[in-house]
Amino acid sequence: MRINGRSLGIAAYLVMLFLPIYWLLNMSFKTNGEIVSSLSFWPHRPTLANYGHIFHDPAWYLGFVHSLSYVLLNTVISVTIALPAAYAFSRFRFLGDKHLFFWLLSNLMAPPAVYAMPFFNFYYSIGLFDTVWAVALAHCLFNVPLAVWILEGFISGVPREIDETAALDGYSFPRFFVKIFLPLIGNGIGVAAFFCFMFSWVEQLLATTLTTVNAKPIAAVMSRVYSAAGMDWGLLAAAGVLTMIPGAIVIWFVRNHIAKGFALGRV
Amino acid sequence: MATITLDGVGHAYPTRDPGEAKRYALKPINHVWRNGRAYALLGPSGCGKTTLLNIISGLVIPSDGRLLFDDRDVTSVSTEKRNIAQVFQFPVIYDTMTVRENLLFPLRNRGVDKRTAEARVVEIAGLLDLVPVLDRRARGLTADAKQKISLGRGLVRSDVSAVLFDEPLTVIDPALKWELRSKLKAVHEALDMLMIYVTHDQVEAMTFADEVVVMKDGEVLQIGTPTELFERPDHAFVGFFIGSPGMNFLPATVEGASGHVGETAFALGSGYPSLTDKVQLGFRPDYATVSNDGAGIPVTVLRIEDLGRRRLARVALGPHEVTATVPHGAPIALGEARLEVAAHHLHVYVDDRRVEGEAA
Amino acid sequence: MDKPLNNRAWLFVLPVLVFVLFSSLLPVMTVVNYSVQDTMGQNNFFWNGIAWFQNLLDPSTDIGGRFANALVRNLLFSFVVLALELPLGIAVAICIPRHGWKVGASLVAIALPLLIPWNVVGTIWQIFARADIGLLGAALNGLGIPYNDTQDPTSAWATIVVMDVWHWTGMVALLAYAGLKSIPDAFYQAARIDGAGRWSIFRNIELPKMQKVLVIAVLLRFMESFMIYTEPSVVTGGGPGESTSFLSLDLVKIALGQVDLGNAAAMSLVYNLITLTICYAFFTVMTQLDRRKDV
Repeated sequence: MRINGRSLGIAAYLVMLFLPIYWLLNMSFKTNGEIVSSLSFWPHRPTLANYGHIFHDPAWYLGFVHSLSYVLLNTVISVTIALPAAYAFSRFRFLGDKHLFFWLLSNLMAPPAVYAMPFFNFYYSIGLFDTVWAVALAHCLFNVPLAVWILEGFISGVPREIDETAALDGYSFPRFFVKIFLPLIGNGIGVAAFFCFMFSWVEQLLATTLTTVNAKPIAAVMSRVYSAAGMDWGLLAAAGVLTMIPGAIVIWFVRNHIAKGFALGRV
Repeated sequence: MATITLDGVGHAYPTRDPGEAKRYALKPINHVWRNGRAYALLGPSGCGKTTLLNIISGLVIPSDGRLLFDDRDVTSVSTEKRNIAQVFQFPVIYDTMTVRENLLFPLRNRGVDKRTAEARVVEIAGLLDLVPVLDRRARGLTADAKQKISLGRGLVRSDVSAVLFDEPLTVIDPALKWELRSKLKAVHEALDMLMIYVTHDQVEAMTFADEVVVMKDGEVLQIGTPTELFERPDHAFVGFFIGSPGMNFLPATVEGASGHVGETAFALGSGYPSLTDKVQLGFRPDYATVSNDGAGIPVTVLRIEDLGRRRLARVALGPHEVTATVPHGAPIALGEARLEVAAHHLHVYVDDRRVEGEAA
Repeated sequence: MDKPLNNRAWLFVLPVLVFVLFSSLLPVMTVVNYSVQDTMGQNNFFWNGIAWFQNLLDPSTDIGGRFANALVRNLLFSFVVLALELPLGIAVAICIPRHGWKVGASLVAIALPLLIPWNVVGTIWQIFARADIGLLGAALNGLGIPYNDTQDPTSAWATIVVMDVWHWTGMVALLAYAGLKSIPDAFYQAARIDGAGRWSIFRNIELPKMQKVLVIAVLLRFMESFMIYTEPSVVTGGGPGESTSFLSLDLVKIALGQVDLGNAAAMSLVYNLITLTICYAFFTVMTQLDRRKDV
């Protein structure tokens, strides 16, 4: 293997990237006593007690269940309703299309902090407060426009002749859309779903604001550690490590499309 | 300006097992590309022509042999030190620069002084008809103008040994192909440079080049002028690939100066020793005529194709089918007819390679 | 672009429209409602005109000063992280291997921080940066550099900036990498033939080809950093003092902490408007770039 500047550069960056993660991992296998008493690069008395606690305490593991439920709900809703809209934006001109598109995108840019208070009131008044549905719907605020944007990019990459050919071949529109068109933009759907998953999974402000007990996401459960008497660093670290796993799995699945995907079909 | 010598140059990808035979992407060849000539590398995709071009440009270091520019061994010299210019399949231009800046770029990189450089750019732009667009942004121009810019960036340099073309007309509008090709030809005549042109299109190759190198499966089958390739193809593939339609081949036995296809005898232009293995007779449709009432070998006309400029007949000879020309103005009917083949245009191939006859 | 005119396309857009109206316009109306009213408690609201806005936009008032400070702080933060992440991301993208298994491995590793929940990003850095139990804090102090991210504003700022760089450089890198990958080999070959150096290749080939994705990167990074909330709220909670109190942190404090509805609502609207304006500017630049590429 030839060592050159580029390999060195990437290696240095990856080291910087993994140092904090390594430290978290290191902590998660230590007891609180060991964490507070000394700094060490590996646990001297490795323990799985922190992980054990999370897997046995329903308050903890249900946090993961809630988080994953609203993330998956949101991903399905966002991609499903974004598909026809993205098709329309990509294929047709219509009254107010440009303004509508911009207005949609502007929602992508809206600070969740602005919406925290009104969402709280709103979901409270319609009785969805403290359910996974509240979070799943709230995340549509930015994920639906995002999905429309990504899918529009990918759909525009499919030549319009295909639509016309299918119509000539006697396909009805819905059949064409499902049988021919969706497989063609499979990559785009994957990328859109990936991003919806990502942004719903990482967003915490709305998720914690809209839940109290029954649908508490893992982030809210983690914040409970702060109020307990003293800090339970080990437990916090273990929970942190576990939250990285779903993301890592998802990335692993899309690793071959990741570069193109992040360009949102716009390279 | 230089002469390029291929001294046993070949390329094989490394094999894992040292005992395994080398698999050549390009079988070793010996050839001299002479200064001031235009050559075409012609062959179907995957024939090794691009590998050969990449060896000359320095992108691929050959596993076998030596590459000489004049007397200098450049086998492992890097691209930028080889003094070659290259035009790629897709136009390569610097988007953010004007046409003038594009053309100046290679000179500036080599530290040529400003006045000389600008004068040279104007000269080359004149040659390529780029003067009116010199100060336009290169990105907005048409594909053929962009290809001219790519070529221009090579031509502005005074030290260029050879200009390489890698299927440069691929993205050009069909109507403009002819024009750009004649431009290339004119540039070649004006500048007296060695040019090497890779293509899979025989018309491009034959009209551009002084000599054509026909390749297949990593092997050079024949190097010759367009006339040589047409009149005396060295290999059955050359006969088949060049000319439209390709050469007819019939399995035969040869004795002295006559070839036998089944019961039918063909008179050959020269005598041959006794031949074994796979023996074939080959002749071009252009040199075979078919008529209803003339002399020659009895055949059956199966169908006539009228191409406007000429008519071709598909005829059956025993179990075999061949294509022949119907003479101008002569009437022709389907069914019984006679086929005449000029004896000196009948070639004998053994295992696909042409065998030279002895003087009769 | 000669897309056919078809107003029935609205039917396709309808579901999205309903959803986004439901989750965006309705809540915004609530905010607008609060922003022009005041309350004496017990849900008695009365018309307050534009008084909340006047207060907010006047830096001499309490709330106005606070808002102006948070705004400047946030703009500075966005500028600093962009100035760091953009060059670093491009550099990382250039360093990503081009062949073999290392490509996939590098990409997965680079993308990993992007899929960590933001509060966990905060947690990771909270632990990592602490002077007593964190590697970074302890190492810096060990080197004799005074560092304490919970008490010293400079340390707190540095931590949050470094955290953001750690968190988001990967996204810039992935975007830039996608741009680089779209450059055909012939361009590099031509540049070598033309005798261009490494910097010249970057300047004349790579950078122009990355332009489009880099605009997207700048847009996304600016917006995300302009509404940053979760990570600093975990690491510093906006402190020490107000030193890392960015717009969203301040807004949440006012709205959900102090339940000061009028001020919060006015602030929400102005905040949103600023974001929108900047977003619109970017959008215009982007569509213009698109058009230029078509020429």
